[in-house]
Amino acid sequence: MSATAAAVRSVHYEDRIVTAFTAAAIFWSILGMAAGVYVAAELLWPTIDFGQSWLSFGRLRPLHTNAVIFGFGVSALIGTSFYSVQRTSHVPLLAPRLAWFVFFGWQATVLLGGLSLLAGVNASKEYAELEWPFDIAIAIVWICYAVVFFGTLARRKVEPIYISNWFYGALIIVVAMLHIVNSLALPATLTKSYSLFPGAQDAIVQWWYGHNAVGFLLTGGFLGMLYYFLPKQAERPIWSYRLSIVAFWAFVYSYIWAGPHHLHYNAVPEWVQTLGMVMSLILLAPSWATMINGVMTVSGAHRRLRSDPALKFIVLALAFYGLATFEGPMMAIRSVNVLSHFTEWTIGHVHSGALGWNALITFGTFYYLVPKLAGRPLHSAAMANAHFWLALAGVLLYVVAMWGAGVSQGLLWLSLDEIGEVQYSFTDVMTAMAPYYALRLLAGLLFLSGAALMAVNLWRTFAGVQTVRVAPPLVRPLRGVAS
Amino acid sequence: MSLLTLHKKLERNSGLLIFGILFVSSIGGLVQIIPSVFQESLSTPAENLAPYTPLQLLGRDVYIREGCAACHSQQIRSLLAEVKRYGPYSRADEFVYDRPFLWGSKRTGPDLHRVGGKYSDTWHRVHLLDPRAVVPASIMPAYPWLADRAADVDGSLEPRLRALQRLGHPYSDDDIAAAAGTVEDMTELDALIAYLQSLGLTRTRVDGL
Repeated sequence: MSATAAAVRSVHYEDRIVTAFTAAAIFWSILGMAAGVYVAAELLWPTIDFGQSWLSFGRLRPLHTNAVIFGFGVSALIGTSFYSVQRTSHVPLLAPRLAWFVFFGWQATVLLGGLSLLAGVNASKEYAELEWPFDIAIAIVWICYAVVFFGTLARRKVEPIYISNWFYGALIIVVAMLHIVNSLALPATLTKSYSLFPGAQDAIVQWWYGHNAVGFLLTGGFLGMLYYFLPKQAERPIWSYRLSIVAFWAFVYSYIWAGPHHLHYNAVPEWVQTLGMVMSLILLAPSWATMINGVMTVSGAHRRLRSDPALKFIVLALAFYGLATFEGPMMAIRSVNVLSHFTEWTIGHVHSGALGWNALITFGTFYYLVPKLAGRPLHSAAMANAHFWLALAGVLLYVVAMWGAGVSQGLLWLSLDEIGEVQYSFTDVMTAMAPYYALRLLAGLLFLSGAALMAVNLWRTFAGVQTVRVAPPLVRPLRGVAS
Repeated sequence: MSLLTLHKKLERNSGLLIFGILFVSSIGGLVQIIPSVFQESLSTPAENLAPYTPLQLLGRDVYIREGCAACHSQQIRSLLAEVKRYGPYSRADEFVYDRPFLWGSKRTGPDLHRVGGKYSDTWHRVHLLDPRAVVPASIMPAYPWLADRAADVDGSLEPRLRALQRLGHPYSDDDIAAAAGTVEDMTELDALIAYLQSLGLTRTRVDGL
């Protein structure tokens, strides 16, 4: 008995890889947001690219989106999924070496891919800009990630699969499907390929991908993070288990239809647009069901909410999640989209999701996670609180500036004079944007400086220590599960 | 209740869960995406639509490389104000030789679908090298390096045309053999201008407007 107990004791969770992904995510968040601030400044001062091709707006902008989505977002998702899948399964990761391959493979792909974007290697599909060699690398790393994640899940010693793992699982499966189909192309050279789909069909496939990358990565993946880390921090179980089941399947079913709302009044069949609009409206139900589940979970933890900076971030993230998932269906209504399409409003909407929801929930999670990994308390709660207010001010200012810009842009572009001619020239409308662009730059700087504070704070928390070794709990495996 | 019992099976078996997610998430794609991908009217070119000349194709690839689509759409919506501002609304049969599509999602600058023929080549040349020389309020970046680079700088024109030929674009073997000769002495700036001047000429008027 004591021999087996000792053998079991020596088993420990693979957490060093979680630390590595966390550090990488923080690095990419700073770099990606800095690139965002720089392109925001270029819209005010167009000559600050100094005639350098790699500093030009068109090349830096995809670097910004790739660094924040695939560098920051995906590193945070893989890291937290590895952390939580071990703890909800009571076993260490399957194949730790393969997991490390996922780490290095992913970081190398994002880094070299980012450099290729600066060099002008760009497939020009939004959020899928990397060319075909990188597409293949992404597919290979992603399949290895699936093997580690589902392999760990298959070895679990807890019979039910916890909710967070359903969402992480949906992220892995659906993103693989989207990525492979949307990347189908015929290579001409090592750095140039042509899409297998022509024109209008390419547009439909791209927005099926584009919208669901948002859906299953930036929404679903981060809901996995929410379902594990919110109950942990609130020290309360999820409010309604049944609601989480209904919301999960409704989410997986309905999100995939919503893409064509990016193509209203474009040259694609009208039935496709209408279906996209209707399903986008239906999507409000599962989105808000999850938000309500989260808010009700935290509602009994008021006291911790006042003292725990990490929990504050997560609750604010939930609020922005609710805002963005309400705004999205509204913008998908064809008559609203007439106004919002092609304007800054879209940029505001994306950032209320990306900054308000994805970044804030990740920051909150890291403020909880890094002290756990370091085995000692957070270096400075005051710095974390300062970060909270900088982030809140930044994201609010950003969203409000882009609402103002987008709605004015839409109205001015569409207005006709009494004889039915356009009332304002394009240049008139464009020059009216400058004050909003200045506000947005300020907002970005506030948000970035908050993230920099976090980087310092978490680095000080971790400096000089090793990742703590944690053993799985010694509980009797439940009935009917292979051990 | 029976649904919850059924769900107990799903949440206790990772294989079933994977299958369930794959099945439920693919329904939308099967019903909505697959029919569009096989809808012939979306891949049949307009009667007078010609494939890009070698020079225009090189210019299009410069447009892609420089990320022009981040700020310029190529999609005129079927709205009165858009048709008044930019010209006849865009139709699917005009984009059949566009791989990838370049409709864009944001207009920091104006739509370019029917920019062809609106300005002279000289205007474009000055504008691309120094946008503020012709539009003082412009916030567009300048592209001085385009004037210094040969249009087919890495000699990849032939494999590009071959790839498109394989995808069904009507280039003959003779066209491809002669292509390099047609872009000799041309710069990337010439190529980009040739591409811009080709945009949107398929339809020049809207019936009834």
